[in-house]
Amino acid sequence: MSFDVAGVRRQFPILSEIIDGKPVHYLDNGASAQTPLAVIDAVRKYETTSRANVLRGVHRLAERATEAYENARAEVAAFLGVKPMEIVFTGGCTAAINLVAYSYGQLLKAGDRILLSELEHHSNIVPWQLLRQRSGIEIDMIPVTTDGRIDLGKLPGLLTPRTKLISLAHISNVTGALLDVKAVVAAAKGVGAKVMIDGAQRAPHGPLDLPELGVDFYVFAGHKAYGPNGIGVLWAKPELLDAMPPFHGGGSMIGRVTFAETTWAPAPRRFEAGTPPIGPAIGLGAACAWMRGLDWTAAHDHEMGLVQRLMDGLQKIDGTQILGPASLQNRYPVVSFMLDGVHPHDVAQTLDSFGVAVRAGHHCAQPLMDRFDLDGTTRVSMAPYNDTSDIDALLAGVAHAAKTLR
Amino acid sequence: MSDELYQEKIVALAKAKTGAGKLAAPTRSARRDNPLCGDRVVIDVTLDGQGRITGIGHQVRGCLLCQASASALASLAVGKDAAGIADIRHDAERAIGREQGAAAEPYAAFAPVAAHKSRQECVLLPLEALKDALA
Repeated sequence: MSFDVAGVRRQFPILSEIIDGKPVHYLDNGASAQTPLAVIDAVRKYETTSRANVLRGVHRLAERATEAYENARAEVAAFLGVKPMEIVFTGGCTAAINLVAYSYGQLLKAGDRILLSELEHHSNIVPWQLLRQRSGIEIDMIPVTTDGRIDLGKLPGLLTPRTKLISLAHISNVTGALLDVKAVVAAAKGVGAKVMIDGAQRAPHGPLDLPELGVDFYVFAGHKAYGPNGIGVLWAKPELLDAMPPFHGGGSMIGRVTFAETTWAPAPRRFEAGTPPIGPAIGLGAACAWMRGLDWTAAHDHEMGLVQRLMDGLQKIDGTQILGPASLQNRYPVVSFMLDGVHPHDVAQTLDSFGVAVRAGHHCAQPLMDRFDLDGTTRVSMAPYNDTSDIDALLAGVAHAAKTLR
Repeated sequence: MSDELYQEKIVALAKAKTGAGKLAAPTRSARRDNPLCGDRVVIDVTLDGQGRITGIGHQVRGCLLCQASASALASLAVGKDAAGIADIRHDAERAIGREQGAAAEPYAAFAPVAAHKSRQECVLLPLEALKDALA
C-alpha cells in the first residue's frame, strides 16, 4: 500500500518553509518532532476560546478548559490502549522518569536493585543514581551487543531476587534498535520485578497496546510525538499508582489539608500538583488523535524504505560506518553513523548548510559512546513526513563533508 | 555552503595540528569537557621560573573548530604567562563577536563562528583548559 507522504507533509506547515534559500530537510525528529496543524489548531482553540485553569473553577471557561484537558487524557489513554485515569500528565519524559524514581523509589529499600542498560539515555540513568544516593539501592547494567542492541542474552544472569525494577528504552535513541519488551517482561516475572519502558523514541511511531506488552510503567514525551513542549506522560498500572506516594506537593494533589495532617488525592491527581500544563496537554491529546488516524503499517514501511535508502547511500561514501543494526528487522528509523576523519559536529554543521537538520554528539548516551570508544555520532531520525529528497540532501551533504573536511 | 564556516584558514589551522600531542614531562596539565557536546581537551604545559610557557601540547577529542583553536593557541602560547594567555582569550572573544574590536591572526580566522552561537564554546574550550592549567 502506498503512503501519501505529500499529504502528510501538507499538514506540517514548517516543512514548506524556505530558510536562507533552502528547504527544510528535518531529520532531527528523535530530538523533537515537528507538529501538525491539528495540534497547532487544538492549542490555539484552547488559548482563544477556553483559556482558564482546570478542575477548580465553576465558570464556563473553566468548564471548557477542564473538559478539553480531560479529553486530552482520554486521547492519550486511547493511544496507549489503557484507561484515562491511569494517565499522569508530567512536564516531559524526563519528568515522568524522575517521578517514578522518586515516588516508586520510596517503596524500595537499601540493597534493592534496579536494572538498566548500557544504551539508556541519561534521563533513564541519572534519576536512579539520585535514588541510589538517597536510599542505597543498587544499579545493574545490561551490556549492548556490537550492533547496538540491549543484550537480552545477559538478562537472566543479571536478575536477582532483589531486582525490583527493570527500566529500559523501547527504542534506542542512538542505534534505533527495538527492544523485545515481552521477553523482558517474561524474564522480570521470574523474579517479581516491575518493568518500566522509556517510550520516548517509540511513541512517535504509532499507537501502542500497553496491556498486551505487559509492562508496569510506560513514559513518553509530547514534543517528540508531534505535540507541544512541556508535556509528557506517565502510565502505570493502577495498583502501582495507588501505592505510590506523591512526588510534588501543592494544589490539586490533596484530599484534605490541615496543619496536622494532609491526605492525598487518588491518582492521577496525586501526581499532578499545581496548575498542569493545560495547553500542552490538549496539544498532546490532539497529537495522539492525529497519530491514531495515520496508517502506521504504510507509514512504517515508508520510513524503513528511507532507512534503506540512507544505508545504501552511506555505504557509497568512503569511510562511513553505521552504529546500530545493519538489517531493517526490529529497528526503527533512527540511524547513527560515523564519518572517518570528520567529527560528528562538523558533519552536522555541513548538513545544516544543505538545509538538513540532524543531531550530532553523544545523544545523552555517554555510557554507550564509551562502550564503542566514540566521541559521538551523527544521528538521522525520521518521521512519516520525511521523504526521499530529505535523504538525498543528507547524502549530498555527507559526501561534501567527506570531500572538504578531511 | 558550510564553507562559510569551514573556511580555508580554519581547516588549515586544524590540519596543521600545531602543538598536538602530549608533553613528556609537563609542569601543569588540565582537562576540560564540554558537557553539551562531549568535546574534550587536555592541555599540557611546561613553565619557566616566571610562569611563562616554554612548551605546550594538546590532545583534542572534538570538532574541527576545537582542533583549529587548539592549534592557533599553541602557535601563540610559548613565551606567554597567564596574563598573555588572557590577552589571546580576548582576541578569540573578539573573533567570535563576544567582545568589540577586530581580532588579530590567527584567531581572526574564526570570525564566521560569530554567527554560530552553539559552536562558540568549541573555540573557547582549549583556552579554558589552558587557563585551568595556568591557574
